[in-house]
Amino acid sequence: MSVLALVVRSGVARRRVPTVVIGLATLVAVASAVLAGTLLAAARGPFDDAFARQHGAHLTLGFDAGAVTADELAAAAAAAVAADVTEWAGPFPTATIAPVVERAPGSPVNMTGAGRPGPPLTVVGRAEPTGAVDDLALTDGRWAAGPGEIVVSADGPLGGLLGARIGVPELPGEPTLDVVGVARSVTRTADAWVTPRQLADLLPADEAGGFQLLYRLAAADTEERIAAARAEVTAGDVANAVTGATSWLAVRETVERETALFVPFVVAFGVLGLAMSVLVVGNVVAGAVGTGLRRIGILKSVGLTPTQVVWAHALQALLPAAVGAGLGVGAGHLLAVPVLAEAESAFVTAGLTVALRVDVGVVFGVLGVVTATAVACAWRAGRLRTMDALALGRVPAAARGRRAARLIERLRLGRPLGLGLARPFARPARALAMGAAVVFGTTAVTFTVGLAASLVEVTSARNHDEADVIVDLLRRPLGGPGAPEGPSAPDAVGGEEGEEGEEGADAGSGDRPDPGAVAAEVAAAIEATDGTRAWYATAPGTLTVPGLSGEVAVNAFTGDASWGGYRMISGRWFAGPGEAVVPTPFLTITGTRVGDTVTLDGGAGSVTLRIVGEVFDPRYDGRQLFTDTASVATALPDLTPLTYHVAVEPGTDPDRYAAELNEPLGPLDVTATTGGLGDGGSQIAALNALAGLLTLLLVVVAALGVLNGVVLDTRERARELGIHRALGMTPAATVAMVVTGVLLPGLVGGALGVPLGVALHDLVLPAMGDAAGLVLPDSITDVYAVPALLALGVGGPLIAVLGALLPAGWAARVRTATALRAE
Amino acid sequence: MTTPLIEVRGASRRYDGGPPALDDATLTVTAGEAVAIVGPSGSGKSTLLNLIAGLDRPDAGTVAVSGTRVDRLGEAGAARYRRSTVGMVFQFFNLLDDLTVADNVTLPARLAGMARGPARRRADELLEVLGLARHAGTYPGRLSGGQRQRVAVARALVNRPPLLLADEPTGALDSAAGQDVAELLRDLNAEGQTVVVVTHDPAIARSCTRRTVRLVDGRIVADDRATAGAAEESAR
Repeated sequence: MSVLALVVRSGVARRRVPTVVIGLATLVAVASAVLAGTLLAAARGPFDDAFARQHGAHLTLGFDAGAVTADELAAAAAAAVAADVTEWAGPFPTATIAPVVERAPGSPVNMTGAGRPGPPLTVVGRAEPTGAVDDLALTDGRWAAGPGEIVVSADGPLGGLLGARIGVPELPGEPTLDVVGVARSVTRTADAWVTPRQLADLLPADEAGGFQLLYRLAAADTEERIAAARAEVTAGDVANAVTGATSWLAVRETVERETALFVPFVVAFGVLGLAMSVLVVGNVVAGAVGTGLRRIGILKSVGLTPTQVVWAHALQALLPAAVGAGLGVGAGHLLAVPVLAEAESAFVTAGLTVALRVDVGVVFGVLGVVTATAVACAWRAGRLRTMDALALGRVPAAARGRRAARLIERLRLGRPLGLGLARPFARPARALAMGAAVVFGTTAVTFTVGLAASLVEVTSARNHDEADVIVDLLRRPLGGPGAPEGPSAPDAVGGEEGEEGEEGADAGSGDRPDPGAVAAEVAAAIEATDGTRAWYATAPGTLTVPGLSGEVAVNAFTGDASWGGYRMISGRWFAGPGEAVVPTPFLTITGTRVGDTVTLDGGAGSVTLRIVGEVFDPRYDGRQLFTDTASVATALPDLTPLTYHVAVEPGTDPDRYAAELNEPLGPLDVTATTGGLGDGGSQIAALNALAGLLTLLLVVVAALGVLNGVVLDTRERARELGIHRALGMTPAATVAMVVTGVLLPGLVGGALGVPLGVALHDLVLPAMGDAAGLVLPDSITDVYAVPALLALGVGGPLIAVLGALLPAGWAARVRTATALRAE
Repeated sequence: MTTPLIEVRGASRRYDGGPPALDDATLTVTAGEAVAIVGPSGSGKSTLLNLIAGLDRPDAGTVAVSGTRVDRLGEAGAARYRRSTVGMVFQFFNLLDDLTVADNVTLPARLAGMARGPARRRADELLEVLGLARHAGTYPGRLSGGQRQRVAVARALVNRPPLLLADEPTGALDSAAGQDVAELLRDLNAEGQTVVVVTHDPAIARSCTRRTVRLVDGRIVADDRATAGAAEESAR
């Protein structure tokens, strides 16, 4: 073994605490950096990545099985391969069902509301999830293996129902299906899947159902090219059998619209995680090398050259760091499993994994930081005169901190507390390093907490779901062959089926009562139910603005919706007919301001409205307008409310209210449910979980930074502690002395970290809004309440005390004689 | 005329703008001599020794050992000089707590390029002579002060340096252990080892050296060879 190896080995093996702390800090830093890096990678074009990974379908076509056979479709698809189609899959049999959730996951009893059909689902018969086109990612459970089993789409209405049993009472024999798996189709080709044989049982006796064909195209970057390809593949006999078409571009637009707001949040979390990892590892390594000054002095006194000192200390830090990095990658991968599942939910994607390049980049990056820090610190130490290194490593500079000590003595706090409080002044560099760890930690936690709170506000503002009870007429089951083919989310190619309404689907057609009559009865039922405090209804429509291409979504309200959770950026909510509020992008694209008027054209006429407020709503790229139904009656005379939002009286149980309301609604095939529309709930849960995990990691690394400082400090002053103990200081007083030694850095760190975190939040959030083309209302940016800030400020000293408790315990337990013998 | 092993001329050293710790010191030591540098605390004894050891550099004047201008050496050159020329014993031992006794002793030899086997044999030999053979695998923290200082002496001698420097080698020891170390230094000198000892204890100076250099306030005020007889007497 070379002499360098001897020095390194002894330094690593015998100086266990710094070794373990460097290893642990690296482990946590690498784990959080792997997570952060993975999130950053996932946030970069999540839909495109998933589309490539899962061989998404550029074009999805639905056919009437009564008008064409599977063989004819297969022949047509095969014939198109030479033209625009590169790959195809299908034809898969399809059916539309209106299921009833008969049993909740893991429960032997029926759910509340069981017996009333849920929204219609498109079910596709596929023998297996994989294929040349539209590989399905199983996010939970397994694939359907036989009769009585169904796999539901993670993004469909039954996404969270793994383990549930659903029934289809409208079908002959009232079949029941167990939800055995949850899968995700990147192009959202179905709401659920069963085996092809099972699918036959899901069709009414007199219906043939449908077929689905999935295509990958040679050129699919524009709607025009996709439409051309569609014309190509549906030429000939199959043309008349087409019932629907979905372009991947429409799906992408929908998904990106859903996820656009979350991407900057995830990026911010990722950048924060990476920055903290680098700062803390650097801090820990610098502290460890800094306290090795006396050892460096001794090594130099026996003949080690400065270069050898640098090498020895770089290796001494690198060895535990390398072990920590290895374990950190493992820990990062383990943590990534739940985190990526959450990220998949946030990004509405599947198949996210930790990329090898993230692992490699993080390991080399963190080890690079370790090496650079160790080399820089050891280089400084190596260049010190040997006597200075020996002297600096043994005792603090003379007279340092004496004045502070004298002032603290006057506070008459008792000797141990006084000594502890004075300690940072005796070793200011050490106190600075510990304080820096606390500042990093507190800043990060404050920022993360603020970001998470803003995220909740963003979603809340986007969903405007203050209502206690919702009656959604869209969720009435669809019946008959006229029901639209394909799942509810994607828009049709070329707007064939029109822009969807506010809640995203056509109300359907068939042998159902007049929608206007149903709406009136629903309103009457709400008015008649005890406990109704307020209600309003929304009716979706579309209008055009002269000079502006494309349509503008109109949300027409019946009743006062100002309490519904709409966050105003400027101006006020509309007070009556003739007034409207619009999102920021609407003002931008129409060149208007609050106070201006805008004219809108509808099929039946045009209306002029005064814009009285700017509201936060990122949906539809901001091309929408909120007004009273009466305001647009001339242009849209047939508007019918589709969703009713009800606030109940204080003290009224929303569940009981909903059950009561469902009595008169039953004959209308309409169900009242508690809570809002729930859009984005899973994303919020996902991002909150991410924020929580990241906060925990950041607190751990910050506490490790303090622990490292206190451990090194305690070791260094072992003899001094021994003298105190010999003079009668009790173990408890020793703990108090060591812990109070970190209070000041903790307090100062907390006091600096909280405003820094708030400032960072105030800087980053509007930038994130800008990136999405939005102005964020105060409710989203001003999320810090004074009590929360005070609690976060207390977090600083708390982190410091947490980090100091362990070494304080060690210091208290060491025998006085042993401490006195320490050099 | 005998070539001087140590030649210090007009050396001065001042710390942080304070009064001179060493002021215009001139000293010559020939090979085989045993010299005690004595004086009260703060008189500049350790400063002079550190300059000779290449642990520090003078602000003015020159320091040469075996013809090498120590005051001109950079940190790397000083490290090589210490490996080849100087063995150093400190008041507070300055052993590496994370190395065993044997590893502490072999360290300078390994740094000087000696292979592991011969270095270990040389360390065992020294530890045997110093009565520490059974502690070779022990860590310094488990030894008494006297034992630790003998380990430090073994480490200082492992490269057979022409010059042994000891800074208050008995300062942290009880009188019996201190006397042991003093006898050890005297025996080494008797075998031809040049020894320079810094001490504030005249008895130690008398017992192990034949020449006493006295410093007061950084200046050499006496260079007395009168103790030679006493040292020789003690040696007998």
